[in-house]
Amino acid sequence: MSTQTTINRTEIIVTGFGGQGIILAGRILGMSASLGDKKESTLVQAYGPESRGGACNAQVIISDVPIHYPYVNTPKILVAMSQAGYDKFAPALLPESVLLVDQDLVHPENVPCDHFAIPATRMAENLGNKMMANIIMLGFCTAITEAVSSKAAQATIAKSVPKGTEERNIEAFTKGFDYGLSTLKGREKRAAGQTGALAQ
Amino acid sequence: MKPAVFTGEHYITGDVACAEGAIAAGCKFFGAYPITPATEIAEHMAERLPDVGGTFIQMEDEIAAIASILGAAWTGAKSMTATSGPGFSLMMENLGLGVCTETPCVIVNVQRTGPSTGLPTQTGQGDMMQARWGSHGDYELIALAPSSPQDCFYQTIRAFNLSEKYRVPVLIMADEIVGHMSEKVVIPDASKIKLVDRPKPTGRKDRFKLYEPGPNGVAPMPSIGDGYNIHVTGLTHDERGYPAMTVEAQEEMMTRIKGKIQNNLDDIIETESYRMEDADIVIVSYGISVRTGLAAVDQARALGYKAGLLRLVTVWPFPEAMIREIAGRVKGFVTVEINLGQIHYEVERCAGGKAKALLVGSAGGKIIHPDKVLECIQKEFSL
Repeated sequence: MSTQTTINRTEIIVTGFGGQGIILAGRILGMSASLGDKKESTLVQAYGPESRGGACNAQVIISDVPIHYPYVNTPKILVAMSQAGYDKFAPALLPESVLLVDQDLVHPENVPCDHFAIPATRMAENLGNKMMANIIMLGFCTAITEAVSSKAAQATIAKSVPKGTEERNIEAFTKGFDYGLSTLKGREKRAAGQTGALAQ
Repeated sequence: MKPAVFTGEHYITGDVACAEGAIAAGCKFFGAYPITPATEIAEHMAERLPDVGGTFIQMEDEIAAIASILGAAWTGAKSMTATSGPGFSLMMENLGLGVCTETPCVIVNVQRTGPSTGLPTQTGQGDMMQARWGSHGDYELIALAPSSPQDCFYQTIRAFNLSEKYRVPVLIMADEIVGHMSEKVVIPDASKIKLVDRPKPTGRKDRFKLYEPGPNGVAPMPSIGDGYNIHVTGLTHDERGYPAMTVEAQEEMMTRIKGKIQNNLDDIIETESYRMEDADIVIVSYGISVRTGLAAVDQARALGYKAGLLRLVTVWPFPEAMIREIAGRVKGFVTVEINLGQIHYEVERCAGGKAKALLVGSAGGKIIHPDKVLECIQKEFSL
């Protein structure tokens, strides 16, 4: 029904617990698309008590044309970093959506669309700071979905995180990005294996 | 010191853009009491005003907040406060003082849902009639409604310019979504931003009359300390500014207060049109609801309806003549606003039975979905 949701419009929901850096992740996506990739982008965010501990979300729309209605109708990309957040937004997923989850925190069932998993929080803990799980997830999301360019995302991260932590955050982004690339590669190989054509 | 104008591209919220607009407009005093969802304006002003040699004061409440900006204005400073519904209610008495004493200042209301404490963190547009009539007595003022962060920047500058030019409090009627959403905001070079300063008196200081109107009906305004002997009062006053308890003085004062707005409507009223060229169904909206309306226009057009949107950038004074003119050539109006009918009644009044006047409203708490507008159009209009 909506003419706006058809082409050139990527609707993204990032959800998790308040305190996981969900809003910052949304802000980095929106800012990267807008200031880095020179697209139109709008961010609306959960603002009540939920952004301080409950089920929190950031809604980002990226488009080649001006964005009128600023809320997500049907997420093309759902990034879930908590089970509660996943449960809230999963019903909105369509067959063409892409779901990305932190595999230790979210256990999706009967997913109607393509989905990818990463142990983002565990990887962040291994890097010495679980607060960077959101940045790892951003790297993963960027590799899998190409919603924003890696270059724009890295430039935005450097501007958005606390001073002195830029390098570590870029490292976290790269870890997530590489994990995403190898996930995609693994899939290709498996797909090839199934057909037999490119089996190694 | 950092510059007053942060030239460049930013990805910021409407609240922050509003504060940057104020700084760019030359605001040097901000007095406020924090309240969701306007607190971020105060936070940003507290951070930025020292950069430009300005002053931020967190007052004890909203009554004091508006009193402080009126006082600051009389020292010559461009001044602003920001609040939301409950604080706006507290400001109503002194808003009238600002109108009566013809004090330039800017009051931002980042609306949330009421009545009373309501839904403090959720959006609403229920203060639109309060903006027009909330203080006692008869008066005119100006109210603008931004519908994006970029617009928050520009409308705040425009609010200062209008308040200085017409010596009147100007209200910025934003809302929680516009205040908290982030989008690209392009801030131009300082040289590209046109600023207006209040008319200043010249001539003999001993013969000065504080409320003697200039050519556009607005009296020049000295600052306290300029050497003019002035008396500023909320009592009915004559051209000298002295209390005058007569019906003649009241009529003269009211003629000036109303006339300076009513006689300059072309300068004050700003609207924007979207796909209006051949439209026979006109969505009327303002603030965040414009975003709903724009999407609904595209959806309705896709179904074959000749829909267009009239955006009220200036909500008060109301563009009566324009609505009357449009009413004569269209099937109807659909007013979209996050309340259960406020500006709708103004549209209905001006449509005067010549065209349908419909409302797509809500009790508040969230943005209205374009599908609701489309449903209304499909139900009420034939293709």
